[in-house]
Amino acid sequence: MSNALSGIEALRKSAPGRDALSAWTPRLVIAPGAIASLVYVFGFTLWTLYISMSNSTMLPTYRFIGLKPYFDLWSNHRWQIAYGNLFYFSAFYVVLTLAVGLALAIAIDQRVRGEAIWRTIFLYPLAISFVVTGTVWSWLYSPDAGIEYFVRGLGWHDFTFRLTTNRNTAIYAIIATGIWQASGFAMALFLAGLRSVDPDLVKAAQIDGASPARIYRKVILPLIAPIFVAVAVVLLQFAIKTFDLVVALTQGGPGIATTFPANYVYDLMFQRGEMAVGAAAAIMMLLALAVVLAPYALWTGWRSRQAAARG
Amino acid sequence: MATLTISGLHKRFGTVEVLRGIDLEARTGEFVALVGPSGCGKSTLLAMIAGLESVSEGEIRIDGRLVNSVAPKDRDIAMVFQSYALYPTMTARQNMTFGMESRGVPKAEQEAAIKRVAALLQIEPLLNRKPGQLSGGQRQRVAMGRALVRDPKLFLFDEPLSNLDAKLRVDMRTEIKKLHLRVGKTTIYVTHDQIEAMTLASRIAVMHQGSIQQFDEPQVVYDHPANIFVAGFMGSPSMNFIPGELTKVDGHPAVAIALAGGETAMLPLPQPPQSRPANGKVVLGVRPEHLFRYDPNLKSQKAGLAMLTAPVEVVEPTGAETHAVLKVGEREIVGRFDPDGAPRLGELLPLGIDMAHACLFDPDTQALIRQGSA
Repeated sequence: MSNALSGIEALRKSAPGRDALSAWTPRLVIAPGAIASLVYVFGFTLWTLYISMSNSTMLPTYRFIGLKPYFDLWSNHRWQIAYGNLFYFSAFYVVLTLAVGLALAIAIDQRVRGEAIWRTIFLYPLAISFVVTGTVWSWLYSPDAGIEYFVRGLGWHDFTFRLTTNRNTAIYAIIATGIWQASGFAMALFLAGLRSVDPDLVKAAQIDGASPARIYRKVILPLIAPIFVAVAVVLLQFAIKTFDLVVALTQGGPGIATTFPANYVYDLMFQRGEMAVGAAAAIMMLLALAVVLAPYALWTGWRSRQAAARG
Repeated sequence: MATLTISGLHKRFGTVEVLRGIDLEARTGEFVALVGPSGCGKSTLLAMIAGLESVSEGEIRIDGRLVNSVAPKDRDIAMVFQSYALYPTMTARQNMTFGMESRGVPKAEQEAAIKRVAALLQIEPLLNRKPGQLSGGQRQRVAMGRALVRDPKLFLFDEPLSNLDAKLRVDMRTEIKKLHLRVGKTTIYVTHDQIEAMTLASRIAVMHQGSIQQFDEPQVVYDHPANIFVAGFMGSPSMNFIPGELTKVDGHPAVAIALAGGETAMLPLPQPPQSRPANGKVVLGVRPEHLFRYDPNLKSQKAGLAMLTAPVEVVEPTGAETHAVLKVGEREIVGRFDPDGAPRLGELLPLGIDMAHACLFDPDTQALIRQGSA
């Protein structure tokens, strides 16, 4: 017994490097990713923050001038429209995508025939890039080639459908296209949620005398509430980053009606050589993202602590 | 107070027939247990009574009213699920009031019902907790509470105890029995546990392969199983089956069974069988508790005592009694013995068999061969 123990002891002593290696391996594996994100995410965020308070124009310069670029930014009418568009678009896009996605998920959850086909059809738009989506829909909205042209060809000569050529309605064209693209994604997550609900709960509610609408409202949807939050957060950060969809669909027009913050940043930084103001606009976008994500992070943290406390 | 009458009930999923002609009835206040191995169709039958599954053929009547195409909510039933199926986002109280709210019961009446049931089940302190904060036994109580607030005609239980640990299961079994005695509702109780069925039910329906094998009082099912399946399913350890042949010793009926080494043992039957399979071949069924260590003094006390010697292969003490596996011919049989004087491993046991309680089955039809006069 003591012989065997001392043998193990000897083995352990003979390989002192092994312990250190097993302790360092995970850190070594994580290091490249951690360094890259430190430099490229946090490093350049701080750099952009500094540039946004410098007098940079075409090229970055480092003379600190305080918040002046922010005042310049907010006195610009086009930026005001862009930031307003962002909130307008986000609200409609997120709420309606959730609604359409949920409606599709509930419809498919009724054990329809050929469910896999429907699922695939509704999911496909997500696989298409924003540029392609925007281009295709710009054709569909175009009076010369799209829906209006088609319906007039059928004989309704007075039919007009010109969302993208009117400065008041162009934003709805973008919203509709965004919903078309993302609702399949929302549907897929909702459907997974609906399928995870214990079928006995539905049976119990049926015996309890609840109507199907009441069963969804009171029993099923509260259960998948966490999925709502997760999908909404993902959609919101899609919305805030909206850039290529607008470029391909309306080029920010007509006029400046559908300018989005990301388009504005791109414009100032790379077209007009107003780097400081562009950086300030980028920081404002980061702020908008933080407003969305910080409460979500706090909420998920709170939830997991609740779950841990409950055991 | 209500009755349940089921006649000629069939259920088919496509070409698969899961229920083949079920006839069942529960009298007012009766506790009927549906018992059988998994896949026998008992849960499907319960779901059909609840209205959660459609009827392919046959009739279900509650209190004489045909309910084949009546929605679950209009059948006036309450059900307790195996998974409890408590609504996770609601408190225990909300779980119990959900059904009443759906039906538009006035608030004051809801409160009174909650108060009554919570006192009955002793769950008052749990009412404001969510299911996630309750233990298994507490969830079980709340699930029963949800069924009880309704004051339904019919109570349906779908394996309500199978998610509990062994100790709690026994306690809850007693609780359910007490509850039924107090409330006196007609109850249909599905279980795969024959002990639950025996202890709780006023009548047991033993199901196998989509049909009811036997529907009778627990002791009758245990003592006179209708066929080999029922005999083997009810009782633990299971009944022992030994192939044998009907014969006569000194003009009295007996069963001859083969022992090791080409010998045969003649086991006298206290009462003659009412029928005789064509070739005289039978299956002798003996419950483990009807085996004991043979003692010549017993001969005078017990009618229908048979004796043979059997080597002891395995001994399993359980504390209260000792199970021993014995070799009879090619077969292994299990006996339950008092720990005092229990068989020892390797011993050649003088084995007494209480033939008055033994059953005979027809090996072809598997059915019980009745014994005795008449």
